[in-house]
Amino acid sequence: MAAPIDLHEVAEREHEARSRYPWRIKACASTACLSAGATGTVQSLEQTIETNDLALDAVVIPTGCMGLCSRGPLVRVMRRGGDETMYQAVNEEVAVDIVKKHIKKHEFVETNLLDTSIPFFAAQERIVLANGGVIDPDRIEGYVAHGGYLALQKVLTEMTPEAVVQEVTASGIRGRGGAGYPAGSKWSLLAKAPGEQKYVVANGDEGDPGAYMDRTVMEDDPHRLIEGIAIAAYATGASKAFIYVRAEYPRAVERLDRAIRVARRNRLLGRKILETDFNLDVEVRIGAGAFVCGEETALLASIEGLRGVPQLRPPYPTEKGLWGSPTMINNVETLANIPAIVTKGADWFASIGTPKSTGTKVFALAGDLVNIGLIEVPMGTTLRTIVEDIGGGIPDGKAFKAAQTGGPSGGCIPAEFLDTPVDYDSLRQLGSIMGSGGLIVMDDDVSMPEVAKFFMDFSMDESCGKCTPCRAGTVQIHGLLERITAGQGSWTDLRHLEQLCATVRDTSLCGLGQSAPNPVLSTIQYFGDEYESLLVESGLEVVDA
Amino acid sequence: MSDKARVATVWLGGCSGCHMSFLDMDEFLFDFAERADLVYSPIADVKDFPEDVDVTLVEGAIANEDNLELARIVRANTTTVVSFGDCAVSGNVTAMRNPLGDPENVLVPVYVDAVDRNPVVPSEEGIVPPLMPQVLPVHRVIDVDVYLPGCPPDADKIKRAVTALLDAEPLVERGTDIQFG
Amino acid sequence: MRERRATVDVSFDGVEYEAYADESVMDASRRLGIGIPSLCYLEGLSVWGGCRMCVVQIAEDHRLRPACATPVAPDMEIHTDTPQLRAHRKAITELLFAEGNHVCAVCVVNGNCELQDVAVDTGMDHVRFDYQSPQREIDASHPKYIFDPNRCIVCTRCVRVCHEIEGAHVWDVAYRGSEAVLVTGMNQPWGTVDSCTWCGKCVAVCPTGALAYQGRAVGEMQHQTDIVIRLAMARNKGEWIDPAELEEMR
Repeated sequence: MAAPIDLHEVAEREHEARSRYPWRIKACASTACLSAGATGTVQSLEQTIETNDLALDAVVIPTGCMGLCSRGPLVRVMRRGGDETMYQAVNEEVAVDIVKKHIKKHEFVETNLLDTSIPFFAAQERIVLANGGVIDPDRIEGYVAHGGYLALQKVLTEMTPEAVVQEVTASGIRGRGGAGYPAGSKWSLLAKAPGEQKYVVANGDEGDPGAYMDRTVMEDDPHRLIEGIAIAAYATGASKAFIYVRAEYPRAVERLDRAIRVARRNRLLGRKILETDFNLDVEVRIGAGAFVCGEETALLASIEGLRGVPQLRPPYPTEKGLWGSPTMINNVETLANIPAIVTKGADWFASIGTPKSTGTKVFALAGDLVNIGLIEVPMGTTLRTIVEDIGGGIPDGKAFKAAQTGGPSGGCIPAEFLDTPVDYDSLRQLGSIMGSGGLIVMDDDVSMPEVAKFFMDFSMDESCGKCTPCRAGTVQIHGLLERITAGQGSWTDLRHLEQLCATVRDTSLCGLGQSAPNPVLSTIQYFGDEYESLLVESGLEVVDA
Repeated sequence: MSDKARVATVWLGGCSGCHMSFLDMDEFLFDFAERADLVYSPIADVKDFPEDVDVTLVEGAIANEDNLELARIVRANTTTVVSFGDCAVSGNVTAMRNPLGDPENVLVPVYVDAVDRNPVVPSEEGIVPPLMPQVLPVHRVIDVDVYLPGCPPDADKIKRAVTALLDAEPLVERGTDIQFG
Repeated sequence: MRERRATVDVSFDGVEYEAYADESVMDASRRLGIGIPSLCYLEGLSVWGGCRMCVVQIAEDHRLRPACATPVAPDMEIHTDTPQLRAHRKAITELLFAEGNHVCAVCVVNGNCELQDVAVDTGMDHVRFDYQSPQREIDASHPKYIFDPNRCIVCTRCVRVCHEIEGAHVWDVAYRGSEAVLVTGMNQPWGTVDSCTWCGKCVAVCPTGALAYQGRAVGEMQHQTDIVIRLAMARNKGEWIDPAELEEMR
């Protein structure tokens, strides 16, 4: 058996290696920047360094997401002991310029400078994404150099499982998957559940349109997730964990698989972890493209190799989960918060955010905004700060119309509520939900009934078909929305639409169906006039072909 | 001016079985005649649908453009419109072509593929009404006030419904009177 | 001697009753003669909870629960018949009628159909929603039985009875959402599925005309859920049935 990793030694070596180069160029190689051409950027940087005889002066480090995805590929140039400079839209030519000017002549490439004092960066507080744009996700050394696995070492050597659960409970962290169930309560349920075999499952089946918070964690900082899982397993008495990743995230699967292998080799997973009596196996399970498998009971069925449909609760997974054993499902982002909570303490975590929604939340900002990308802000930050400051406002001189949170399960929030703090309870009061962190901003060109139709189309397509209201109701809601948006709907249709939304919401089996009407109900509530203006006097006069 | 109720019946896309069932009310028809005038019906020789009708029983689904037109005329001139029988209420047998899609998918096999002589889909503007793309229940094209399902609704069901309507009593606690089929 | 089952006090629609502590709201309601409409539930089979006809309200809780999957609890205040519940059940019935081709007038089970009965119970005199008019292929490949997926409400009684009682697992659900459809074997014609024992339990428990004997005309088909319930209950209790009793039930 290999010797366990010496965390301090690795960290020290890494810091040493770092200071060897006068220049370090960190190039974002996360999915968004890759799709903007980051592979070419990295190659171009490396080639230019070599051909200009700078191989001893500068090193290129591919990193995870830096956040401002719409300006990618992003590059950070860091001078030893000095300032750092950020560049945007770094294509291959700009990459050549950066090396030739910035590295060689200490001159900025003015055209592509990105001011890091803008609120997009300044207003953020990064816990989960702390290593984004900092470390090379494929090297465990990078994670360790930034304090990685110290939290695991701490719980294994200094804390009882009960104390860990206590710490997580005290931090007040709530599930980041959307529903906001207190994580500490869940942990304590699993810890108290009787049984030899227990499981921890990380839910990485992120399916909301436009959302990529969990993907970024899994791809760009896989060890943070693994450390969080290991702490959860230790605290709850689980000896086996699964990371359930949707099939659409092949890079995440690859990275996690590699990270798990490396962690095992370093005795951070497997048997006798860090020379204690704690054993844990972690395995990646890949979904098959069903949104509903993000629902925890459907997810468990899928892991067991069964058809991914939700199961009835009770019994809850913490009583009877995988193969009948107590199982706890936590969202990827929830688990990624755990190492920091352990290291810095529950009080520190609880001091961030609001009393009832502690910590930070990662959002995928999308839609009609100047700045599009991945952000992490303290809970309770107002929508206005997110939209106007961090998001840079609405482009092309247009006006803000609505923010959609929570994806197909969420609702649309109008301008009058822009000063609402973004936390679980405030959003719910507005008829939306926090959701997993998708945040789509729309300008005043957008038709809200069309938005509702888009999301209903999604829910209809993703319904598993088990329960009647969701299977058949979403089809009818979609049909009514089609009729209304085509200018053929009547007042009767609108009434039926609202009634049906109530039935689907109140009687569906799982969260997918129960929340599927939210986009419709919230747009009717806040933008009812848009629906009404589409209605024909007597819709019964119109018969669509 | 008579104080009798003005009642009409119309026959849209259906088999006329509901009208047969109406006639099966037998001796109740005499009582009915005491209380109501049948001002328009396939069994009465009246060309145009009259104005100011109190109750119209609509048999059949909306299967062609004539059905649609007549349904609208009925609605415009009737206080209480009754969807009379399963075809009116749900489309029923008349709507069994709907899964086949475009009406051509029914017309061509019947009038072209299956015949030897003069294989042509019948069409004559103003005489043969074009089929609706999909057969629709009556309430999809006009507002309906009372539903009387059944294929056909048997005479007793019709009697109960018609009596209630003539008495201006609400139709409640109808039990199997609303059973389809 | 058998241990006496513990009981708890519950109320159905304001009336106090005693229920067994280990039974579901549905089982208690059946035993006490309280009618809660249901379709996918069948005594003796595992609970599926998919049709949502049996939703009830517990005290003031706005989250409705399926009676079939909700265990009774001490002093549980169960409402089975509020205006809201009636409206939901009617809407669910309409949804079922609209998603398939349920033409009672030409159906083998006309007059003997649980779906038809539910429509009467819920007061559904018409369907507000658009008929979807699916065109799903009918499987008549089995020599004895016929499956018309256009009449199927995906209650999965056939899946469960075949898997849990007969042990053959011929049936399964394929695809998802409104495309969800019951399939035999590995989605192959029923007649070619070797694991089918021809026992007919699936046909016996079907609540609609989706599963029937070959050659039956309108209204001629009669399901025999009572036999399967008897079998399933006896099996769950580990009890033998006198063949003469079954013969009589047939």
